[in-house]
Amino acid sequence: MTAVETPEPVRTTPPVPLERTNYGDRAFRLILTAAAVLIPILLGFLVYELWSGASLAISRYGFDFVTSSTWDPVAEEFGAFPLIFGTLLSSLIALLIAVPLSLGVAIYLTEFAPKVVRQPVAFLIGLLAAIPSVVYGLWGIFVLIPVLRTTAFPLLRDALGFLPLFQGAIYGPSMLAAGIILAIMVMPYVMSVSREVLLAVPNTQREAALALGATRWEAVTTAVVPYARSGLVGAVILGLGRALGETMAVTMVIGNRHEIAASLFAPGYTMAAAIANEFSEAVGDLHLSALAYVAFLLFLVTVVVNAGARLLIWRVARGSAAGSTAL
Amino acid sequence: MVVLMVGAVVVALIPLFFILLNLILKGAGSLSLDFFTKTPAPAGETGGGVIHALVGTLLIVGVASLIGLPIGIGAGVYCAEYPASRLTWVTRFVADVMNGTPSIVVGVFAWAWIVAQQKHFSALAGSIALALLMIPMVLRTTEEMIKLVPNSLREAALALGYPRWRTSLSVVMRTTLPGIMTGALLAVARIAGETAPLLFTALGSQYLSVNLNQPMAALPLTVFTYATGPYEEWHRYAWAAALVLIMVVFVLSLGARLAIRRRYSLNA
Repeated sequence: MTAVETPEPVRTTPPVPLERTNYGDRAFRLILTAAAVLIPILLGFLVYELWSGASLAISRYGFDFVTSSTWDPVAEEFGAFPLIFGTLLSSLIALLIAVPLSLGVAIYLTEFAPKVVRQPVAFLIGLLAAIPSVVYGLWGIFVLIPVLRTTAFPLLRDALGFLPLFQGAIYGPSMLAAGIILAIMVMPYVMSVSREVLLAVPNTQREAALALGATRWEAVTTAVVPYARSGLVGAVILGLGRALGETMAVTMVIGNRHEIAASLFAPGYTMAAAIANEFSEAVGDLHLSALAYVAFLLFLVTVVVNAGARLLIWRVARGSAAGSTAL
Repeated sequence: MVVLMVGAVVVALIPLFFILLNLILKGAGSLSLDFFTKTPAPAGETGGGVIHALVGTLLIVGVASLIGLPIGIGAGVYCAEYPASRLTWVTRFVADVMNGTPSIVVGVFAWAWIVAQQKHFSALAGSIALALLMIPMVLRTTEEMIKLVPNSLREAALALGYPRWRTSLSVVMRTTLPGIMTGALLAVARIAGETAPLLFTALGSQYLSVNLNQPMAALPLTVFTYATGPYEEWHRYAWAAALVLIMVVFVLSLGARLAIRRRYSLNA
C-alpha cells in the first residue's frame, strides 16, 4: 500500500518583465558615463585655465601680440612673432625631411617588403617614437650638433651658399639643427599612421589594378595612394601637430634667441621652447601672462591641426585610432 | 623605386642606431652602485647619484597612473560599450584632440590650476599634468582592445541571463584584460619620459623627497638640468641618467608590446 506521492509543484519564479530596471546596469553605466563626461569637461577646464592665465596679456596686447617682435621682460614689452615664426619654420623643415622618408618607408612596408621584414622594421621605427624627447635633446647637444657644426653645415654652405638660407656664421645650435631633430622625432608618427591608413585600403583596389595589367608600382600609384590620399594627408598633418608642440629637444638645440634670421644656421626660438625656458624663472605677472598667452595660441593651433588631421584620417579608416593609441 | 624605399628605411633607422650606441658608450661607464643609491654631490664635485630622481619619477608617475588609469579605462569602456551614444563620439574626438595637445601646454594648465593657486611648486601638480596626458592614450587603447572581443561572446553571456554590467566586467573585460593592461603599461612608459609638463610643476630638486606637496626631482628633469649645465661631470651624469631613463621606458614598452604580440599569435 504505497501511496503515490504527488510530486511537489515546480516552483516557478514569476515571469521577468522585459523592461525590468536593473540597478546594476544603471550604476555601471553611470560610473562609465562619469568617466566619459569628465574628458570633455577636462578639456573645457584646460581651455578656461589657459585663457584666464593669459587674460592679462590678452587684454593688454590683443591681437598685436601675434605680429609684434619685441620680447623684453625688463621693459615688460612682449610680442610673439619670432616665436610663431620659429615654430612654423622648424616644423616645416622637419616635415620636408620627414615626410618623403616616412611615406617611402610606409609604402615599402605595406606594399613591397617581404613579410619577414615588415614587423621588425615597423617595430624598430616604433622604438624611435618611444625615446623620450629629453634624450633626443641630449643626443642633439652632444652628438648631432658637433657633427653638423664641423661637417654638415660647412658642406651645405659651400654647396648652397648662394641662397640666403645657407649663409652666415655657423654656431651649431640653430634653426636647422632643430628641424633635423624634429624630423627624426616626427618620422615614426607619420610612418606608423600612414602605414595604418595604407593597411586600411581594401585589397580589391590593388587586385583590380593588377588585373588590369598594372605593375605593382603602378598599382600603388594609381589605385592605393589615391584611395588613401586624405588619410595620408591626415598622417602628415598629425606629424605637423607633433612638431609644433615638441618642446624639450627643440629647446636644447635651437639656440633660444628671440630673433628672426634669414639663415637657417642662426639660432631661433619656438613657442614651446620659450615657455619651457622662461616660465619657471618669470617674475612679473605680465611676463607669466604673456607666456600663458603663447601657450594658449600654441594650444589653439594644435587643436585646429589635430582636429583636421583626425577628420581626414577618419575618412579613410572610419573611427580609426591610428596615431592616438599608446601603441 | 624599391631601391629608394629601402634606402629610406636605412636612413630612418640610422638615428635609432646612433642614439642607442651613444647612450651605451657615454652612459654605461658612469653607472655604479653609488649612482643608484646616493643623492647628488654638490655642483662641481665628483661622486653622488640620482636616487632622488629615481624615487621622484616612481612617485610622480605612480600617482599619475592612480589618477589617469581609472578615468582613461572607464571612459574607454564607455566608448566601446555604448558606441551609438553621442557622448561616445564627443569623448573620442576630444580624446584625439587632447592626444595632440603639446605636453608643455598641459604643464602650463597644471601650473595655472595648482601651482599658481598654492603659490609653490608641487609634485602633485606634475602628476596631474602627466595623468591628463595618459588619459586619452589609455582611453583609445582600451576602446580598441574591447572592440576586438567577438560579439558572440557578449551575446552568449547576455543569453545566459547576465545583466549588461556583469557581461562587461566578467566576460568582456576579463577576456581583454591583458590587452588593457598592455595599453596602460605603454601609456606609463610614455609619461615616464615626459619632461616638459614637470618643468614648472614638480620643478626638480637636488634632495631626496617623498612629499608630494613639495618640489620633487624626476629622471627626465635631471637629464635636462645636467645636460644643459656647465660641468663636464654633469654631462657624464646626464648620459648615465638618460641611459637609465631609456632602459625604464624600453623595458615597459617592450614588455607590453611582446605581451600583445604573443596574444595575437595565440589568437591567430
